[in-house]
Amino acid sequence: MSTNADIKVQIRDLYKIFGPNAAAMTEHVGAGMSKDDLLERHGHVLGLKDINLDVEARHIQVVMGLSGSGKSTLIRHINRLIEPTGGEVLVDGVDVLAMSPPELRNFRRSKASMVFQRFALLPHRTVVDNVAYGLHIQGVDKAEVAERSQRWIDRVGLSGYEQYYTAQLSGGMQQRVGLARALATDAEILLMDEPFSALDPLIRTDMQNILLDLQTELHKTIVFITHDLEEALRLGNNIAILRDGEAVQIGTPQEIVLRPADDYVTDFIKDINRGRVIEVASIMDAEPANGAPQIDAGMVLDDALQSLIGTGAEIAAVTRDGKPVGSVRLDRIATALARPD
Amino acid sequence: MELLNKFPTLGDQELRDLKKAIDRGFRDFSRNHGEAIENFFDPLLHFLVWLERLLQTSPWPLVILAVAVFAWLGARNWLVVGGTVAAFLAIGYLGMWQDTMATLAIVSVATLLCIAVGIPIGIAMARSDRVQAAITPLLDVMQTIPSFVYLIPVVMLLGIGKVPGLIAVCIYALPPIVRLTNLGIRLVDREVLEAADAFGASYIQKLLGVQIPLALPNIFAGVNQTIMMSLAMVVIASMIGVKGLGVPVLRAISNQYLALGLMNGLAIVVLAIIFDRISQGFGKNLQKHRRDEHQR
Repeated sequence: MSTNADIKVQIRDLYKIFGPNAAAMTEHVGAGMSKDDLLERHGHVLGLKDINLDVEARHIQVVMGLSGSGKSTLIRHINRLIEPTGGEVLVDGVDVLAMSPPELRNFRRSKASMVFQRFALLPHRTVVDNVAYGLHIQGVDKAEVAERSQRWIDRVGLSGYEQYYTAQLSGGMQQRVGLARALATDAEILLMDEPFSALDPLIRTDMQNILLDLQTELHKTIVFITHDLEEALRLGNNIAILRDGEAVQIGTPQEIVLRPADDYVTDFIKDINRGRVIEVASIMDAEPANGAPQIDAGMVLDDALQSLIGTGAEIAAVTRDGKPVGSVRLDRIATALARPD
Repeated sequence: MELLNKFPTLGDQELRDLKKAIDRGFRDFSRNHGEAIENFFDPLLHFLVWLERLLQTSPWPLVILAVAVFAWLGARNWLVVGGTVAAFLAIGYLGMWQDTMATLAIVSVATLLCIAVGIPIGIAMARSDRVQAAITPLLDVMQTIPSFVYLIPVVMLLGIGKVPGLIAVCIYALPPIVRLTNLGIRLVDREVLEAADAFGASYIQKLLGVQIPLALPNIFAGVNQTIMMSLAMVVIASMIGVKGLGVPVLRAISNQYLALGLMNGLAIVVLAIIFDRISQGFGKNLQKHRRDEHQR
């Protein structure tokens, strides 16, 4: 990640150990004791170990891992629903862990809102009252609450369902309510804890589209938790992969797919459709190829292959915004498409 | 051998002294503070007397109309309203109107008192495990100790009359509402609470906006139980001077009047059923949002 980037959330040396004597266990963990050993010998559960993560403003940061990898624990440190055992969490340079209870409430009301895996809607309130929940908490006046919540209900496509109770809605619609509730507070940071994992695949794609669509317009800083690599690659500007509470790799989707840090990550990316993820820019050479057919640097390999094979050429000139930036050979594309073992 | 066959006891003299000391201590306490405590409960007494008089002196059609409206507001069910009116007409026709009104008054006041005291205690218990650990054994004692045993200190302190009767009823009827308020709040979905936290809700906002509304079905089950138990205490309360349906029942016991006991006993049962249906109906109506669950 570039150093001059606009960093919204900084996580520094974050440790979380669950158990009665957590602080004393940091030492063992720091000395390299594994999650299993810590549980067996000391009866404490390692939640997170030495996490360092910079979340760029207006980007989608995906945190990925299997269940038990600590991803849900990590996201709850950003708005301090969980207290860390050690480390720092800075949002806009302000230490979240140093906030007093009223400051923290204020932070949660105005700065970071959250979407939950199992929706966590209020069953005794209607859709419109659920969307308005964050605004009610802030004490915004009635007319404004009505206007703002209606706007977000319309925006997520729930017009006409205002007076329904949440139990009357399907899962996908309930999560739209959850999304509208989070957006209604106008918080700059959106924390999404596996928001689409409980949904059917078709609905999930639908919701991903809604999110991407909203993001092109709203430019929120989003921390998105998922266990699904396809989803991570589709949404993430940057991806952090967790395993047993440790970050094993942090990078752009291209980096993750082309240069997996270890076997664990390799295992993850084995089954994805590489042709639809890897972009030409990630594998091209610097030297130009004059006269060769042109392809765009942002093209995924599947499309590049298609257009190159149509021309019968062995090499293509890569362009960005119409200007030549390099070249790529057919066999290079073929190599990149091959699955790593 | 002697030691094993005969349980070692405190000496007769010492035992007598111990009991005497306790008795004397409590007697002194009630002599010194009895009046202050009585004055403390004065507003309650006035309210109870006022309600009883209101119910007994109002024209009976008006009272029945009021009860019918109350039943409709609670249960939203014409069957319950019809049953209630019929039951009250029968009670009046069989000459138990005045006693029923007195019982109605004390049960209403006892229930209100239990709600006012019990719900805050239940909330405090739900908030802190330590408070829960401290209060639970107290509730166990209140529910299991024979009522006659706590009648003694209550009567020593406040004499015979409405207020000691009310207190005796409340000691017996308070535990369910406390327990069910505590339970209801503790059963509220943790994820919904976490969401409230994530949106920056304060303790009061969480309590009033999430915990109590979602605990209401359980709290209402508690109110229902409290009403039932205070009705059950009516007969015992009549032993220490509470007027109402318990008095004729007591008379029937000591004189073996079968019909008198049966009629008044059944009147209590009828009141209990009416109160139960109304409060359960009200509890159900509070859960309107659950009615259409899984419709899609």
